Amino acid sequence: MTRTSSTVDDDRSARPTPPPPAPELLGAWRATGRADLVAHVDHFGPLPAPGPGDRHWGERFAAALDASGLTGRGGAAFPSARKMALVRGRRPAPTVVVNACEGEPASSKDAALLSCAPHLVLDGAELAALASGADRIVVCVGAERPDVAVAVDRAVAERVGSGHDPVPVAVERPPGRFVAGEESALVSWLGGGPAAPTFRPRRGEVLLLGRRPALVHNAETLAHVALVARLGPAAFRSTGLPEAPGTLLCTVSGAVTRPGVYEVAMGTPVLDVVGGAGPEEAVGAVLTGGFGGSWIGAGALGAPYAPAPLARVGGVVGAGVLVVLPRSGCGIAETARIAAFMAGESAGQCGPCVFGLPALAGDLAALAQGRADRALPSRLARRLEAVDGRGACRHPDGVVRMVRSALAVFAGDAGDHLRGAPCPGHRRPSVLPRLRAG
Amino acid sequence: MPTTITVNPVACEAYGYCAELLPELVTLDEWGYPVVDGRPVPAHLVELAQQAARRCPRRALLVETGPDRVWPGSPPR
Repeated sequence: MTRTSSTVDDDRSARPTPPPPAPELLGAWRATGRADLVAHVDHFGPLPAPGPGDRHWGERFAAALDASGLTGRGGAAFPSARKMALVRGRRPAPTVVVNACEGEPASSKDAALLSCAPHLVLDGAELAALASGADRIVVCVGAERPDVAVAVDRAVAERVGSGHDPVPVAVERPPGRFVAGEESALVSWLGGGPAAPTFRPRRGEVLLLGRRPALVHNAETLAHVALVARLGPAAFRSTGLPEAPGTLLCTVSGAVTRPGVYEVAMGTPVLDVVGGAGPEEAVGAVLTGGFGGSWIGAGALGAPYAPAPLARVGGVVGAGVLVVLPRSGCGIAETARIAAFMAGESAGQCGPCVFGLPALAGDLAALAQGRADRALPSRLARRLEAVDGRGACRHPDGVVRMVRSALAVFAGDAGDHLRGAPCPGHRRPSVLPRLRAG
Repeated sequence: MPTTITVNPVACEAYGYCAELLPELVTLDEWGYPVVDGRPVPAHLVELAQQAARRCPRRALLVETGPDRVWPGSPPR
């Protein structure tokens, strides 16, 4: 590398300003191993809140967020700027809801983020609140992760009186069930109702918490918002793909020697992400997007890890989940276990989910154990069709997608199972998080 | 403007009156819950559809006329 030094005589005039931080969520954590406010401000700088009397800050912030191309990291990859525009300036004042419920068993990225960089998430929530005119922030951490809630409580307490809490923050602990983190379920629970999704027949309808519009963002999304506000859209776009900028947090589990949460640039080949976690043996397939996601075969692992390119090989980024199935494992048996788990995680509201998911799980269990009757393939196909798109939320749709992907990726195995000759892997213990004992 | 039928799956308790009253547009799945295809209701069936909606004990059948019917379907983009 060559060094250009045209300003030699400036050497004594001023200390060089430190280079701006890279657009990485875990930058401060990696550099210092600390998650406190001092380390956070040292690395990222203070909260870039509007100065007194700056009446155009909100517009500039919205424009920067739009230009950044940031999309939601909770699963739907919806443009964050558009979501914020739906509630901006509404009366009564909106509430910002930070969604870190993470009911997906194979995901722990929001827990990791709130443990390692809680102030980046809280900065993003403050900025979203200031820009949308919200007057309160509620951080929701699943009740099964009291350690994470404590970390957030500690971070919130550190910010009091530091100038980092222009909008007050409360921490709530909703039930840790799978569907409780669906945004309408979360808002229902916060309003004193059940932690179950609500029926929303209209496009773009803003969720209401009491009479207040609720702006629900995934915790990781808000951490990226804090990066965009500090670095500007161009620097934020210096990582990732043009259509999917930035990094993402990814939870890698299954048959790997180093399971955990990794921060990778959008567009990193899936093979590299999986490779970084150290596969225990040859990879047979990867479950992408979680239990309601989609299997992809080993031949598809060269695909860039980002929503559009992964979709082209049948995968889904979702909330950044990759579960590695070894070649010796049985994708049909794992799929049957997931389907049974997901049937038990139904909110119990919608008939096609309440009755359809156990029926699907039963068919898959029979297939996995090699005791399928001759009518099973047509019955399974009919039931997948019957369940798809018929719930108030997308829980049943996710199961349908996951099962359909399994029948395609493991088509050869499925044929053996159907003939009553299941592959030897079906007796092996599960590699799936939370189902390992099963 | 098109008229469409939507089932509120949370409210529906599989009474099945809709499929009795409106077999042209509503079928039942193997568990007794109504399946509709989301296509516009033909003009000659609109009044019958509205009757079926009124007679649903759970008020789970939504019959609406307007340009913005999008459920069931893809998520907002």
